[in-house]
Amino acid sequence: MSCEHTQQLLDAYVDGELDVEKSLAIEQHLSACPACRKRHEARRWVRVAVQSQARYFTVPDPAVRRIQAHLDKAGGGGRTLPARWLSLAATAAIAALLGSGTTFWIGRTSSEDLLTQEAVANHSRSLMVAGRITDISSSDQHTVKPWFNGRVDFSPLVVDLTAQGFALVGGRLDYLDNHPVAALVYRHRQHLINLFVWPDDKSAAAPMRAFARHGYHVLHWSGGGMRYWAVSDLNPADLKAFGELLATQG
Amino acid sequence: MPNSSKRAQFERVVLPHLNAAYNLARWLTRDDHDAQDVLQESSMRAYQYLDGFHGDSAKSWLLTIVRHTCYSWLEKNRPAALTTVFDEQLHGAGGDGPHADNTVPADGPEALLQQKQERHQVQRWLEELPVEFREVVVLRELEGLSYKEIGEIAAIPIGTVMSRLSRGRNLLQRKLNGTVDEES
Repeated sequence: MSCEHTQQLLDAYVDGELDVEKSLAIEQHLSACPACRKRHEARRWVRVAVQSQARYFTVPDPAVRRIQAHLDKAGGGGRTLPARWLSLAATAAIAALLGSGTTFWIGRTSSEDLLTQEAVANHSRSLMVAGRITDISSSDQHTVKPWFNGRVDFSPLVVDLTAQGFALVGGRLDYLDNHPVAALVYRHRQHLINLFVWPDDKSAAAPMRAFARHGYHVLHWSGGGMRYWAVSDLNPADLKAFGELLATQG
Repeated sequence: MPNSSKRAQFERVVLPHLNAAYNLARWLTRDDHDAQDVLQESSMRAYQYLDGFHGDSAKSWLLTIVRHTCYSWLEKNRPAALTTVFDEQLHGAGGDGPHADNTVPADGPEALLQQKQERHQVQRWLEELPVEFREVVVLRELEGLSYKEIGEIAAIPIGTVMSRLSRGRNLLQRKLNGTVDEES
């Protein structure tokens, strides 16, 4: 591949938007061309700068209250919703769970569907209730892992993947699939990931499977006697990269 | 649809993405109050058009509405924000010259960013990008959306997403490298 062509495709390359063949051609060119390597480095740096320094603005509470008040007037549905965003959002999570639960009972049932629902609802709740995201907040795996001693009857794999772009935020106890589970929280850019971990009753490892539900992405797999369910609003490609990093650690 | 179930659907479809909606509105309007006004209007539109949502990405659907509302709002209230005359020297030389994007500072921007002042500058530089570049950078870097999703939201072909992202990043890169001073 020529320098010119490489430069044209460099952004698509750093964004993971190229097919395998073109990505390989670029990698080959980069390994042979110092000038393009420098351009590639510069590109990665500008991305790091923006992702780490540009602010992600979150909606202020009063703005949410105004929207609710407007909907109350416009809709007139007579639903009295809690005034606070956090409660409202928790209501949404429960509504999501109930809403799709209905589909679940009427339609095709599978434990995977049900677990997906539960995991997404747990994820939403953890985000919406202030202070609920972690029971133990630490980026140190040697602090987070022992915290689960005596709280669950298994020892989850806890790894910090900060170097790979997924910083460990902490852990908490959650409940999923009729078990107490370890919930590990990671952050990638502005996105939080909940990783639910609990022992697998099957001995065989299960390959990775991905789903989307209500705007969240879900990824699950099992291996080493543990089940792993990851939920996030992160894009599927990055979530998959996260899962693959963990799967290789386990 | 009865209002109560429509309201429930709104909570299920729109609410989880309210932060993404606000973030986009805030970056496009560059003002807290303006962004809240736009968010309010966008939410009402989303509620109104809820029956028309059948897609699989509620987030893209909502962000399309927010973007559209932002542009209408800016046109009406802040027309200057859309017609920023972009510095030709920056813009013209921004991406296409042979040496436009290959200057890397000796220590890299990470080292530069150690300084607090630089952090504010990245924020400001992104705010100062022309809106058509700013929106694709925000959707890509802060929302992590794919080119396809960005193309749908901004109603542009994927090739245009790529070229705007490239131009936007070139401009930021030149600022980071300090190769363009404020006067030029």
